[in-house]
Amino acid sequence: MSVEENRNCNCDNVENISENNCCNDNLREEMMEKIKSYNFAIIELALYLDTHPDDEKALCLHKKYCKEYKEVKDKYQKMYGPLTINYPCNKWRWLEEPWPWERGNY
Amino acid sequence: MWTYNKMLEYPINIKCTDPKLAKVIISQYGGPDGELAASLRYLSQRFGMPDQKAKAILNDIGTEELAHLEMVGTIVHQLTKNASIEEIEKAGLAPYYTDHGVDVYPSSAAGVPFTAAYIACKGDPIANLQEDLAAEQKARATYEKLIDLCRDNPDVLDPLKFLRQREVVHFQRFGEALRGVQDKLAEKKFYMNDMKQCNNDCSCN
Repeated sequence: MSVEENRNCNCDNVENISENNCCNDNLREEMMEKIKSYNFAIIELALYLDTHPDDEKALCLHKKYCKEYKEVKDKYQKMYGPLTINYPCNKWRWLEEPWPWERGNY
Repeated sequence: MWTYNKMLEYPINIKCTDPKLAKVIISQYGGPDGELAASLRYLSQRFGMPDQKAKAILNDIGTEELAHLEMVGTIVHQLTKNASIEEIEKAGLAPYYTDHGVDVYPSSAAGVPFTAAYIACKGDPIANLQEDLAAEQKARATYEKLIDLCRDNPDVLDPLKFLRQREVVHFQRFGEALRGVQDKLAEKKFYMNDMKQCNNDCSCN
């Protein structure tokens, strides 16, 4: 991989940000809370839409939350590492702890 | 297929070890009305569903149950992780500890290992969906018993209440799916008359 390509990778540029400090932990927790909220809203709406596929209002909300979910998830992954293995990285940050069962807030 | 999301569906952060609670909560991991049974039941039954709504709801609720399995496993793990041998003995977990240490093993509160006999795939969409409705009610009832037993521990109570609420929502959705299947089965049937033509078109002849 060329140096140029390396420079373009977001997850390397922000590595220093993820070092432990109090304010950063708060921001991480806050962002994860948003991700979880959107994720839950999408699950709930999807189940509802499975049996009410013609409900325009639910469909509209689903669209809105999907967009917001993607935005905050992308931003989070750039800063704190991947949430799925579909997120590309130059350094394999998937191994970084904590895993979901190890710490409650993120 | 599935893609793992490195997060819990609902946050769990248990500050105090309490193996006594883990001993009962494990039932929602690998017990008769637990999340493992729920996910396998729905994800296996979906293959035989006759209409779109029923296929989708079994697929999506089955998937959510996998997230709940992870949540229950997390509760058990956090309640036992740093437990001392004395605490484990006092909680009556010595037999469990002998075979599994503090790993999370799918079994009921009484120690019965998980079995596929907890689920049914009857080859009949109505029978299957009725079983799913009952399964959600039994899981709700189990969570209510666990909520009674965990009344003094807010860190455990909070995710249990969330999980209980999800059973209620799933029950509602399964009811709607069942009505859809019943309507579909009650539809007027149309038959092809020209069976000869039909057979000739079949490439396997």
